[in-house]
Amino acid sequence: MAELTYREAVRSAMREEMRSDPRVILMGESITGYGGSYAVTKGLVEEFGPKRVMETPIAEAGIVGFAVGAAMGGLRPVAELMTVNFALLALDQIVNSAAKFHYMFGGQWSVPLVVRTVSGFGQLGPTHSQTFEGWFASVPGLKVVMPATPADAKGLLLAAIRDPDPVIFIEHSLLYSTKGEVPEQEGLEVPIGRAAVVREGTDVTLVGYSRMLLQALHAAEVLEREDGVSCEVIDLRTLRPLDYPTVVESVGHTHRVVLCGEDWRTGGFGGNLLSEIQDRSFDDLDAPIARVAMRDIPLPYSRKLEQQLIPASQQIVDAVRRMS
Amino acid sequence: MYRKMVQIRHFEDHAAEAYAQAKVGGFLHLYIGEEAVAVGAIAAVREDDHILGHYRDHGYALARGCDVKACMAELFGRETGLCHGRGGSMHLADASRHYWGGYAIVGSHIPIGAGMAYAMQYREEPLVVLDFFGDGATGNGIFHEGLNMAALWNLPVVFICENNLYGMGATLAEESPVSDMMIKAEGYTMPAVQCDGMDVLSVYGAVQQAAEHCRSGKGPFFVEAMTYRFRGHSMADPELYRDKEEVRRWRELDPIPRFGDFLVQHRITSPQELAEVNEEVEAEMLEAVRFADDSPWPDPDSVDRWIYAKPINSEAPEEVPSRAGNPAGAAT
Repeated sequence: MAELTYREAVRSAMREEMRSDPRVILMGESITGYGGSYAVTKGLVEEFGPKRVMETPIAEAGIVGFAVGAAMGGLRPVAELMTVNFALLALDQIVNSAAKFHYMFGGQWSVPLVVRTVSGFGQLGPTHSQTFEGWFASVPGLKVVMPATPADAKGLLLAAIRDPDPVIFIEHSLLYSTKGEVPEQEGLEVPIGRAAVVREGTDVTLVGYSRMLLQALHAAEVLEREDGVSCEVIDLRTLRPLDYPTVVESVGHTHRVVLCGEDWRTGGFGGNLLSEIQDRSFDDLDAPIARVAMRDIPLPYSRKLEQQLIPASQQIVDAVRRMS
Repeated sequence: MYRKMVQIRHFEDHAAEAYAQAKVGGFLHLYIGEEAVAVGAIAAVREDDHILGHYRDHGYALARGCDVKACMAELFGRETGLCHGRGGSMHLADASRHYWGGYAIVGSHIPIGAGMAYAMQYREEPLVVLDFFGDGATGNGIFHEGLNMAALWNLPVVFICENNLYGMGATLAEESPVSDMMIKAEGYTMPAVQCDGMDVLSVYGAVQQAAEHCRSGKGPFFVEAMTYRFRGHSMADPELYRDKEEVRRWRELDPIPRFGDFLVQHRITSPQELAEVNEEVEAEMLEAVRFADDSPWPDPDSVDRWIYAKPINSEAPEEVPSRAGNPAGAAT
């Protein structure tokens, strides 16, 4: 095991896969000399050259459209969209192109494309602080991955690059500097579509992903220490396709669930998850499914106002306490 | 090329008839009047060069030699269709012939074509991409993003703008500050040429020049073909935005008799031979309609096939909750 930051883990997945597969190319805005807005691609152009690490114009729809075409032409593009907010400009290419071609053309070809992008906040104001995984996860044809740990960031990105289908890979800006153990074996992937039980427990299941997984783990510690409540914590890791069996099995023995997300309550991913768990586990539930989500308000700049809105472990603790 | 143009014309006539009989549904956009553009352009390049077209796409498929019966069956929504009934009229494609399809979000395939061209350039293959779109697409940002990238990276793609004077119901004057779309290539330092889209030889010559330019590593090329659709935008179009006299004048330039006359005048063929071509094509189209009509519908159980190339079984089932049944197998 080696200790890497989340940022280094993402970078090492790209580096390893580029070394072993000449079809892999990177493209994005300011990813060469600048090293990427979050410094994830730093050093890669020096190793692989500008033909494989492509500096692009600021044109998100064009970047993803181009990457779709490059994938159809036999390459394995990894397109970086600087933040998920800017990915909105590329929604047409993601939804109408990448997600559709395999189905619409009767399985004649697939689009092996990874779109790497970033959720997060930190006094960035209303247009730069959003999170839209629920939108992407609503589209058949896309796979949506949101790793919480350095090990998963690396393993899942390797799997995403090798996957024949388009994968939306959403990193989190507040996780980039977190550290964790990552297997040293090169090219070891974490399979897409499998959740992980990261903490076993008996009283309530906390379901999270990305940054909210860390919040859920923190909440679990607090609840154990202060309330003697044993929480099972599940990291979804992949939002589509979603590993329902792991969630259902957990609910089968805890009988209580709290869904932990940081996207908006209305239309957010947790709403759909709630309905699916109810369909599958209604008879097992001893309490209504609880949900932690962002209030339906744009995220303001001011630190005081922003802090008030960002979902954190305290809300998860409160949700569990309200259940018992 | 004459036979190909006649094929498209007759295919479209039969498609319109089938639409009137409700055998073809959805949107149906006919290529009648514009046949010389697809036929001239596609004849001017290699068989392994790549083609991308827009939603008025039957012409590209037929010009590329896609199976006529499978094209008709796709319009009929049958399993034997080119895309097994999943795509329909606007999304014909045949990857085995390097015909990558009709793209029905206006302009979306412009950067896709550039990306394909990049893959060719990356592997140093001497292939070019033909990327067809209409005048209407040039008002969309994605057109400019695609041209910008193609020029920036010197990619082997021929952008072919079919200027038929209307973006659906909008006139050129309503949709663009310039009426010659080739002017828009200038800002990207892209060489451009205008050709007569009602003359198959004019299109052939322009695209041949453009493809040669691309193949020799000199970067993208823009071809503007001045053309006209004789029928409405789609079957639902009452054509309130253009006058009948204008349509009549353009019909006099019909590319099929025009090329036929040329062939006869230059003693390349005889009127008798042309008449035979028309008869043979008509018989071929009747057979295609019969084939489509007799073809099986797709199996209802196959509706969730091809969502993913690599399905993962934990995918959410579409209808049945797992309490009531097994979700495994619901994926794909």
